[in-house]
Amino acid sequence: MTPKAPSIDFAAISPLIALLTGACVVLLLGLLRSRFARTQLVPGLTIVTLGATAGLAIWRWGENTSVLSASLRMDDLTLALTLLFVAGAIATVLLAWRGVAPREAGHGEFYCLLLATVLGMVVLVAAQNLVAVFIGYELLSIPLYVLCATELRREKSLESGLKYLIIGSVGSATLLYGLSFLYGATGSTDFSGIAAAVRVSDVGDDVLFLTGIGLTVTGLAFKASVAPFHQWTPDVYEGAPTPVTAFMAVATKAAAFGVFLRLFDVALIGTASTWAPALAVLALITIVVGNVGALGQSSLKRMLAYSSVAQAGYMLAGVVVSTQLGVQAVVFYLAAYLLMNLAAFAVIVVRERETDLGDDMAAMHGLGASRPWLAWPMTIAMLSLAGFPATAGFFGKINLIQAVVENDYAWLAVAIVLGSAISLAYYLRVIAAVWMRAPGETGRARAVPARLAASGRPLIAGGAPEADEAGGSRAAGDRSDKEPGAHAAGEGRAAEGPEPGGLPDPGHAAAAGRTEAADPGPAPAASAGSALGRLRQPEVVFVALICTVGTLFFGVYPSPLLDFARDAGDAFTNLF
Amino acid sequence: MSSQLTVHLSILLFWPVAFATLGALAPRRVAPVLALIGALIPLGYAVLLLIDFDAGRSGSLQYVTDAEWIPDLGVRYKLGIDGLNLWLIALTTLLWAFSAVWVALRPTERPRLFAFHLGLAETAVLGAFLAQDLLLFVLFFDLMLVPFYFLVGQWGGPARVGATIKMVIYTLVGSLLMLAAAVATGVLAGEQSGSELTFVMSDLVRTSLPEDTQRWLFVAFALAFLIKMPAFPFHGWMPDAYRNMPLPVLAVFSAVLSKVAAYGFLRIVLPIFPDASVDFQTVLLIVGLVSIVYGSAMAFTTTEVRLILGYSSIAQLGFIVLGIFALRPEGGQGAILQMVNHGLVVAPLFFIVALLSERSAGSESIRDMGGLATRGPVLASLFLIIALATLAIPGSANFAGEFLILLGVFQTKLVIAVIAFTGVALASVYMLRAYIRTMHNRTPTNVASSDLSVRDGVVLVPVVLVILAFALYPQAALSDGEGGVKAAVRSAQAVSEGKQNPATAASAAPEVTP
Repeated sequence: MTPKAPSIDFAAISPLIALLTGACVVLLLGLLRSRFARTQLVPGLTIVTLGATAGLAIWRWGENTSVLSASLRMDDLTLALTLLFVAGAIATVLLAWRGVAPREAGHGEFYCLLLATVLGMVVLVAAQNLVAVFIGYELLSIPLYVLCATELRREKSLESGLKYLIIGSVGSATLLYGLSFLYGATGSTDFSGIAAAVRVSDVGDDVLFLTGIGLTVTGLAFKASVAPFHQWTPDVYEGAPTPVTAFMAVATKAAAFGVFLRLFDVALIGTASTWAPALAVLALITIVVGNVGALGQSSLKRMLAYSSVAQAGYMLAGVVVSTQLGVQAVVFYLAAYLLMNLAAFAVIVVRERETDLGDDMAAMHGLGASRPWLAWPMTIAMLSLAGFPATAGFFGKINLIQAVVENDYAWLAVAIVLGSAISLAYYLRVIAAVWMRAPGETGRARAVPARLAASGRPLIAGGAPEADEAGGSRAAGDRSDKEPGAHAAGEGRAAEGPEPGGLPDPGHAAAAGRTEAADPGPAPAASAGSALGRLRQPEVVFVALICTVGTLFFGVYPSPLLDFARDAGDAFTNLF
Repeated sequence: MSSQLTVHLSILLFWPVAFATLGALAPRRVAPVLALIGALIPLGYAVLLLIDFDAGRSGSLQYVTDAEWIPDLGVRYKLGIDGLNLWLIALTTLLWAFSAVWVALRPTERPRLFAFHLGLAETAVLGAFLAQDLLLFVLFFDLMLVPFYFLVGQWGGPARVGATIKMVIYTLVGSLLMLAAAVATGVLAGEQSGSELTFVMSDLVRTSLPEDTQRWLFVAFALAFLIKMPAFPFHGWMPDAYRNMPLPVLAVFSAVLSKVAAYGFLRIVLPIFPDASVDFQTVLLIVGLVSIVYGSAMAFTTTEVRLILGYSSIAQLGFIVLGIFALRPEGGQGAILQMVNHGLVVAPLFFIVALLSERSAGSESIRDMGGLATRGPVLASLFLIIALATLAIPGSANFAGEFLILLGVFQTKLVIAVIAFTGVALASVYMLRAYIRTMHNRTPTNVASSDLSVRDGVVLVPVVLVILAFALYPQAALSDGEGGVKAAVRSAQAVSEGKQNPATAASAAPEVTP
């Protein structure tokens, strides 16, 4: 008998090959000495790679094929989510083009890690096998840990990378443990095998199996920022470079929910009556925790981190119902969420580089009058996140509410709307900052004890040392910044809400609480709005504008996006 | 007739925001002209619709626009006019034209952006009135608030940011609950009737949901509408919002937005949830009654002119709630008439507040005013006409409206009607107090009485003429509205009479010909 090599459907896995090839090429190109090659060619080739991946994904649309011994399934859900990842990654490349992170960590390395993360995400959502799930999970996470730490000279960035590494490792260890229990209980690592085992025997009530589900949920909840495993999200989002935060907020969430959908709506659907109520309760807790946590934030990145926790709660409600409409609702919401978040983060990136206020809400003051091209994207992004009509977020919420009401989870619908009501408080505050406050006007005490500023310890809220990013891009070469705290001098931060984690900060207790003292603190804060002038960043403004236009377009005419989401949902064959 | 004119409602609906957007982007000199055109053309359209409307078929939709919009979600783009919303649309366009002329003759800062937000608001309100699909209605109802958030927050008084955030959050808590209830209504109705998901109101009216489902859906809708009106005890957002809103904006806000909520009761709640409406009838009647008494009491004790009008609005909306929840055609017709009347009187009253405060060195407290009639006979006469109309003097259209409302309530709940009669007297107290304290008595030192300028007259006189014309012939609105109101109230009335009189459950209500 002649051994036959297994047939590999290269056309089906072409998006993966494109990403891998691109990652290698970009890494190698980053070694060139030419400045043009490193700063322009490498990001350009990254975008070309991502574009090629998207093109290949669209080419393969509608052909649902199992590849690699049925360990991956390149169906419409995978391809739809691939398109979302690629969109997020392209936006990240544009946001990071002039940023500090690629310069400090090496352009080739930065963009190669980004492509590797996207590759991991595609593998994760395509996985039909527990081992493939874990491979995808790790391939997604590890480059992301490094990406968070790429602003090498900013202590908060390194801290965020390390924190993400430690907590993420706990998460993946838990996931692995849970997956192994699932294998142990059902005897198969394939989703189809697990589903068959659940159908045939009563393993659905087995303690080993249930423990496996519980640990798996925990591991995935870490990645998706579902409460109570969301504690890392505010600190990591805040410390990471903003383009990387944007990418994490949109793409990682999409990947995590993709695998939630796969695992729970394919493999474990037979035991839906067991895990669905538990997930529903988790969704409720997540909505409450996320919305309440965002209320007191003055750092926009932290606020968006908590808001992403709350949005994860809304989407988890769509996973719970395990129906076609639920899957459609989740995918639609992920797409809409990508648009709204990228618009907001783009504006934050622009303002970070223009002022020395970092991502503090004060950087948004007065934008309505002076920078309408930034003010309107931020406004529409906030309105869409809150679910106001004429934006994509409105239909996203309606879709989710429809999905849960149709399946007797009406109380989850009430939770979603009440969460949205609470979220208005912080989203409207941002809009008020943009339109209704003059630059330099502050409503909170901003005193910083001098000893804190001089000690160089990072402050809890906001990454003020983004200023070195703007300064560096104007200086001839890199400028090492030994004292990130020095930039923070004169900028107090209001104390956060009850926050676990974060570096123990001697100034934390000393920094003024949320009192309404109008004293703006030392002078630099008051004039910070115009401190560093305007920089030309058309690519970032372009991202903001195109995402805003998308949000408005799908708010008035959501049908194309709904069709896109429905095709993704059709990939599942055995839903309720 | 209806099939030929189907595109007209869409033009009417989107004209204001289209011209407002053009105006925002246009050069500074062209912008006011564009804003005026954006407000006056819809008024012309509305007048044409008034003339062309067939009162005999007022129970069914005319000028229907029905197109598929989002098939995945079951939402259709359906607009239509019937007896319920015809006069409300006319009121909306008239008052927005009034406000546009006001702003054109007394410009504000950043007028282009101001006009943009006003235009967007008019489109949203017209959309809420015209929509015949439940989710479309909720969309416009929630959208209504966004431009007002910006208008108050950017052009408002000293405490504007806090006031606007409070107003938006307070209102949206109810509106978001209504969103969930609206989606649930469509889904449950679809499941019940076995047909595909639809939110079109005429389809939803045909299905009858079980009573306990109706109850919680009713509560969600009622909460949203009561907060919007506002009715006691959900009026907490009103004082700050009224104090800090710019006056041209406040005129349309107070006159029109509260009516959307009242209209929502008649259009959605009564026809789709008749059993729950009957169950909660007494509660809502008491809410209306307490609003009347509380609003009137606060109106004649407060000294800020804006709040006098704000609390009087609470009282007038209380009357409208009474009319709606009498669950009789008379009450419903009185409610519709009062909606139009109240809008017509309160908008010019806010303009008069602006005039009064100009003459009193910027103060808006009646303690600082007085004797303004001495050198302002025209102003005093116009103010008197409007004030007498507000307190429903016999001879005004408001009198006809209140009479019908009380007639309706009298026939269902006698005690409430008797107590509500006192509200009529209380209206006189606060309105006359306001008039006398500002116009008569001694003139304080820093008050300069002067008469109405021609510029101000252009703004004020047309609306007063409409009030007078309406006072002479309120039957116009009543005959147009009759069929629509009867259709809206029919199922709730049937349930209510079935409960009162199980033996003669099918007795019809007496015809109303005032």
